[in-house]
Amino acid sequence: MPTIKYIEFNGTEHEVDVMSGTTVMQAALDNMIEGIVGECGGSCVCSTCHCMVDPAWTHITGEVNSEENDLLDIVDEREETSRLSCQIKVTDEMDGLVVRLPESQY
Amino acid sequence: MANVENCVIIGASHAAVQLMISLRQLGWRGSITVISDDPNMPYHKPPLSKAYLSGETTDEQLALRAAPVYEKLDVTFKLGETVAKIDRDGKSVVLASGEQISYAKLALCTGARVRPLPAPGTNLAGVHYLRTMDDVKGIKKSMETSKNAVIIGGGYIGLETAASLKKLGINVTVLEAEARLLQRVATEQVSSFFRRLHEEEGVEILRNTQASKLVGSEKLEKVFCSDGREIKADLAIIGIGVIPNTELAENAGLETDNGILVDEFAKTSDPDIVAAGDCTNHPSKIAGKNIRLESVPNATEQAKAAAASICGTPKEYNELPWFWSDQFDVKLQIAGLNEGYTDTVVRGDIENGRSFSVFYLKNDKLIAADCVNNLKDFMFTKKLILQDQVIDKAALSDETVELKSLLT
Ligand SMILES: Cc1cc2nc3c(=O)[nH]c(=O)nc-3n(C[C@H](O)[C@H](O)[C@H](O)COP(=O)(O)OP(=O)(O)OC[C@H]3O[C@@H](n4cnc5c(N)ncnc54)[C@H](O)[C@@H]3O)c2cc1C
Ligand code: FES
Repeated sequence: MPTIKYIEFNGTEHEVDVMSGTTVMQAALDNMIEGIVGECGGSCVCSTCHCMVDPAWTHITGEVNSEENDLLDIVDEREETSRLSCQIKVTDEMDGLVVRLPESQY
Repeated sequence: MANVENCVIIGASHAAVQLMISLRQLGWRGSITVISDDPNMPYHKPPLSKAYLSGETTDEQLALRAAPVYEKLDVTFKLGETVAKIDRDGKSVVLASGEQISYAKLALCTGARVRPLPAPGTNLAGVHYLRTMDDVKGIKKSMETSKNAVIIGGGYIGLETAASLKKLGINVTVLEAEARLLQRVATEQVSSFFRRLHEEEGVEILRNTQASKLVGSEKLEKVFCSDGREIKADLAIIGIGVIPNTELAENAGLETDNGILVDEFAKTSDPDIVAAGDCTNHPSKIAGKNIRLESVPNATEQAKAAAASICGTPKEYNELPWFWSDQFDVKLQIAGLNEGYTDTVVRGDIENGRSFSVFYLKNDKLIAADCVNNLKDFMFTKKLILQDQVIDKAALSDETVELKSLLT
């Protein structure tokens, strides 16, 4: 089972084991990590699941899709590696993945 | 157990799950007991007519939260059990099984149930409603052998179902009793767009048409319509709206009126009872009156207010309503409530295209929008509505003007 590390804006770290096939958003909700809201349940319509992928992992988490890009355009703290976590499906290669969570989602 | 305060939650869906999480976040130390007549652990409802029906979402992905969450929350589930009565004097609920469970605080998250079709034949094999996971499992089973489906009701759920079935190669006819699709919830322009979309995708839409009789020897074979038309069908799905589950509250003497009446803090007329989600009728500052909504954002946000009331740290529920629907390659997002609009502005090609927005204005201020394949417009629209200022109509309709620039 891949392990994902979520880092809250204040530096608090959560390392959790996640099943492959779930999304980085759902895994955060399933571990009650604050800082990911996921209001639309992963339908890519709400943008409340924004995260910043550690640059070392972007080649594995992949590209932003076009719907996602539109939503990311309006989030407050968009960065180079910003993603909507509901659009990142966890695979075995993501063991060790690190994502940071923006302050605005608290 | 005797000294521990118990919070009983009736219902185990979107409102209930948010409520239990918020209770713990706000420091509720007592026990939490959740009772629902749905035998399944809590699951996402929106995908039921969309990705779950079309097979893209699995049972596991449908779960609202993974099982360990409920252990951490220390919640006791009683699933497949119906609450028959609330005894407010004795502060307990009585289950249909006769079991009695006492509460210090009670949360009604009873949601809504499907409106039954007043026509004979609805108990034939191949005829389904669509509200629960088990409903969809039944539909999927029927789908294995079906070629021709009739969808009774052209609301969001009916149209989403039509799209999901069509994508799987089933012939689909939609019967709409009114003169247009989405009559109750959308404006004429938007209704026409959805009709065009479905017709372009090969769905047959019959308006001003009601199902009067479903017939078959064991299995559904034909749907008879009010205009005398007969449609060959081996699958029928009924989606003609929902009725809020208010009877429990009503019988317990709580005030109801198209929903359980609550204030802006999700409190009912009994200080120890809150209610949240599809079952409530609540004041809305944005609408300027009481409203009842059927949406996930409403259920979760109101549940947060309900939990806060239980924990004695009241937090007003006053969010901008929003909703979404997916049909074929179209993502519709609705921000605000368009009731009472005096003017509309269209941005984009609503006549021929599949990406546009319709804005609703009242006294020159933006109050709502329907955005089709226009995620960006939608997000800015939410902000523009809350800004509550007179808006430049020409700029709204001009696709070269970024909505962002209208924010002050
Ligand atoms: C097919 C479908 C698609 C949808 N799509 C969208 C969408 O795209 N976007 C959106 O925002 N919303 C959508 N909705 C609406 C959304 O699902 C509802 O608004 C939401 O589920 C409301 O949650 P709730 O917790 O208030 O009530 P519900 O989900 O209705 O749950 C209430 C539960 O309480 C149980 N209950 C009631 N009375 C009792 C009793 N006496 N004893 C025990 N249990 C009881 C009920 O059986 C039910 O299981 C959709 C709904 C459906 C059915
Ligand atoms: S959860 Fe809504 S966009 Fe990701």
